[in-house]
Amino acid sequence: MTLTIPSFNLASIGPWITLSVFAIAILLADALSPKGNRAAAPILALVGLAVAGFQTYSLWGRTGMDFARMVYVDNFSFFFYLIFILGTALTVLISLQYLKDYGKNLAEYYALLLFATVGMMLMAAGAHLIMIFLGLEIMSIAVYVLAGLFREDARSNEAALKYLILGAFSSAFLLFGMAMLYGAAGGTLFLSDLAARLAGDTLLKPLTLLAIALLLVGFGFKVASVPFHMWTPDVYEGAPTSVTAFMAVGVKAAAFAAFARVFFLAFPAFQPDWQIVLWVLAVATMTLGNIVAIAQTNIKRMLAYSSIAHAGYLLVAIIAANQLGAVSLMYYLLAYTLMNLGAFGVVILVGRKKDSYLSIYDYSGLGAQHPALAAAMALFMFALAGIPPTAGFVGKFYIFSAAVQAGYIWLAIIGVMNSVVSVYYYLRITVFMYMKPPEADLGPVDFAPALTATLLITAVGVLLIGVFPGFIYNLAMNSVKVFPGL
Amino acid sequence: MQLPILSILVFFPVLGAVLLAFLDRKNHKLLKQVTLGISLLEFLFSLPLWFRFDSQTAAMQFVERCNWLPQYGISYYVGIDGFSLLLIMLSTFLTPLCVLATWTDIQHRVKEFMICLLTLIAGMLGVFVSLDLFLFYVFWEVMLIPMYLLIGIWGNPARRIYAAIKFFLFTMFGSVLMLVAILVLYFYHGKVTGVYTFDLLKMYSLSVPFNMQFWMFLAFGLAFAIKVPMFPFHTWLPDAHTEAPTVGSVILAAVLLKMGTYGFLRFNMPMFPQAAHYFVPLFSILAVIGIVYGALVSMVQKDLKRLVAFSSVSHLGFVMLGLFTFTMPGVQGGIIQMINHGLSTGALFLIVGMIYERRHTRMIADFGGLSTPMPIYAAIFMIVTLSSIGLPGLNGFVGEFLILLGAFKTNPIYATVAATGVIFAACYMLWMFQRVMFGEVTNEKNKELQDLSCREIAIFVPLLLFIVWIGVYPNTFLSKTKATTENFVALMEKAKTTQVSLSHGDKGVAR
Repeated sequence: MTLTIPSFNLASIGPWITLSVFAIAILLADALSPKGNRAAAPILALVGLAVAGFQTYSLWGRTGMDFARMVYVDNFSFFFYLIFILGTALTVLISLQYLKDYGKNLAEYYALLLFATVGMMLMAAGAHLIMIFLGLEIMSIAVYVLAGLFREDARSNEAALKYLILGAFSSAFLLFGMAMLYGAAGGTLFLSDLAARLAGDTLLKPLTLLAIALLLVGFGFKVASVPFHMWTPDVYEGAPTSVTAFMAVGVKAAAFAAFARVFFLAFPAFQPDWQIVLWVLAVATMTLGNIVAIAQTNIKRMLAYSSIAHAGYLLVAIIAANQLGAVSLMYYLLAYTLMNLGAFGVVILVGRKKDSYLSIYDYSGLGAQHPALAAAMALFMFALAGIPPTAGFVGKFYIFSAAVQAGYIWLAIIGVMNSVVSVYYYLRITVFMYMKPPEADLGPVDFAPALTATLLITAVGVLLIGVFPGFIYNLAMNSVKVFPGL
Repeated sequence: MQLPILSILVFFPVLGAVLLAFLDRKNHKLLKQVTLGISLLEFLFSLPLWFRFDSQTAAMQFVERCNWLPQYGISYYVGIDGFSLLLIMLSTFLTPLCVLATWTDIQHRVKEFMICLLTLIAGMLGVFVSLDLFLFYVFWEVMLIPMYLLIGIWGNPARRIYAAIKFFLFTMFGSVLMLVAILVLYFYHGKVTGVYTFDLLKMYSLSVPFNMQFWMFLAFGLAFAIKVPMFPFHTWLPDAHTEAPTVGSVILAAVLLKMGTYGFLRFNMPMFPQAAHYFVPLFSILAVIGIVYGALVSMVQKDLKRLVAFSSVSHLGFVMLGLFTFTMPGVQGGIIQMINHGLSTGALFLIVGMIYERRHTRMIADFGGLSTPMPIYAAIFMIVTLSSIGLPGLNGFVGEFLILLGAFKTNPIYATVAATGVIFAACYMLWMFQRVMFGEVTNEKNKELQDLSCREIAIFVPLLLFIVWIGVYPNTFLSKTKATTENFVALMEKAKTTQVSLSHGDKGVAR
């Protein structure tokens, strides 16, 4: 028999290759350089991300598939590449000083971040369910390790173990769903074929629905949607803060990219079925996240519940299942990356050495002691709460317009009501910062240059794309053309 | 090319706030002087609006428009008519006075205070000039943050945080529903006309089916009713007013509350005229309840500031009653009453603030016989009190008289009940005045009170000038709004007779 190797173009997965190569280079450089000298790793990581970003930029505008239809080469993927690259780069910047304080500024950390990013890219660009699964695993395994980076710390261990066990469990659900889908679709897992194969056959509908439900469990776990959110608070709290930030923005964005692609492309015929389920999940996710966040006193836990709530808003964008919905999903994830990383940057700064101060009470009087830092945190809080003129507001505005356009007026009403609830706990941080006297002298804040730069970038970004959302809107609108059904 | 006056007005304070951020935070005097300069300049910038305003036309003037998010039909679109003109002038006029009033009142975190004050002004002016629903919503929300900080940071230590959060959540609750309504309207406009736009004037020409108008009116109305505040959504107001610093209360009463009544005039009524007619009984009754309830509750207050706060509920009830008559005198009276309330209640809050600064108490029982040590204060207080009661010859009379005139034409019962509010107002204001100012000085601490300083008198002089001006010759102001009001009344009259479809066909079930 003859074996035909399909033609492929390496450039279409350029960013993956770059990041993988740089990740390996980081590991090699670490092995070859004298002990204790680890300055190269973060720089290499940033250079790698910059190169990958440039490659993505030059790929922009291409359409089609590559590698025997396994990989989508389209703007939807590229947009998400940029979100991942931005998120990872900012994570690298906020990690430097933080890890140094812990004595954990390891090269592996940066290599794992890059590997996780490659996994995310696979998820966003996967054209075949197996590709998406591979991406998910590449990303997840790297993140499991990252969560347990502080191996002397019991909570970090707990976080890693919890995430690993539950994550493996959810991956199994996802795989099981894919297996059923394989059967229902008559032996294919190509996203582009699934829609046609699945439509019309009423006999197989129960099987398909079951498969969809299982996929939902898998994705729901990664995006931290209720009722698959149980791991989130503990893992977010226990993991190193920089990793928490990375999980909150990167993992969520990747999961939503795959989620949206699979559901928009493969299951349009079953829209009414999954929409109703997601409707319930979205409402439950928003409401539970926001209400429980009110009761939190640990800032990382509060941001964990807030991240659950944001997953709820993002689910609304998927439920809307229209162009605007997809656009809002992308815009919101970008905005969320900026505002959430900014917020975590402040958490690291205020935590001072080794996360010493993570209680929200430790923010008391920050407004008087460090006006600029407090102003940045206030900005991120208002952005997360969705108050103009920030990116958070525009994101919510897009999401709820998508819902209204699709006729989900009640969902939009529940969503906006939820953001009123969320205002309460975001405002509480500003209350502590500006309206309460400092409780004790917590010592000086160590304004590391990289961290300060991150705060500056994110703060400016949040305002910039909040006041001038047109550019990002156009990019995203351009990207969602790949979903003809919307 | 015409100067973009409105944009200058909106963004100049923001620029000023940025400038302040670079000044030395320890130099309080400089910070205050610079802010005063900025606010005076702002007032100067607004004067051309007044003099070059064409009062013959109801069309929007000083219009500026440029694309903001054209893909979405969002533009930066501003312009004013008679309604907005008066409110803008009121805001820019009061700002320098407010800055002057902070001179000794605010002593800590002066820099942040002034920045908040200036951004607040910018946000409020933005609300009054926006002709694009999205832009309007942005300003509407933006303005919450500085006000929240003003109450929360510089308020009364005991309950400022509670009041600040309550203020924020109440307002936000109303406005997010308005956001959904704006979106529904946007998509409806797009579906019917094929043009997706947030342009307010285009929305006016849209014929919205009644059943949709009903819900839209309620959603917008809730946001505005909370802001006004109408009974029974007023509960945030006494707290916010009582806890806010003096200047915060002044701006809250004088301008912020007007955003609610202005919202009804600018958005609710012209966009959903049939629903507006339908809701006249409900809103009029709530307005009348507000008038009487506010007055009665004022009567039993022990705290001066709380008394003034509840009197706002009553006064704003008059405004709402006037607006919902859809008659020439009613609406004109409503608008002039908005200005009156801004001047009189603003002045009252300043008066209370000044005595609080001296005595650190606002309890009526702690005072008595103040007219002996403070004769100038007493005189000013008297005039403002009379203006608030509606003594002929002062501003309050004009507004209330016109409103009652309008209300009698449409429904004598509302007018009769509302008129009792005037009597109650006389009761609680004069009784309060008597307890605070007249009689023997019973409290030792009050004997040595300083009378008003030149700065303090300077704050009141312009206020008193306008209190008398409006009372004696209201036509200066009424003539500016006449054309706009006539147009508005005609529109509402026409809407009464035009039929709209009950509901649109393929609305789709709201999921």
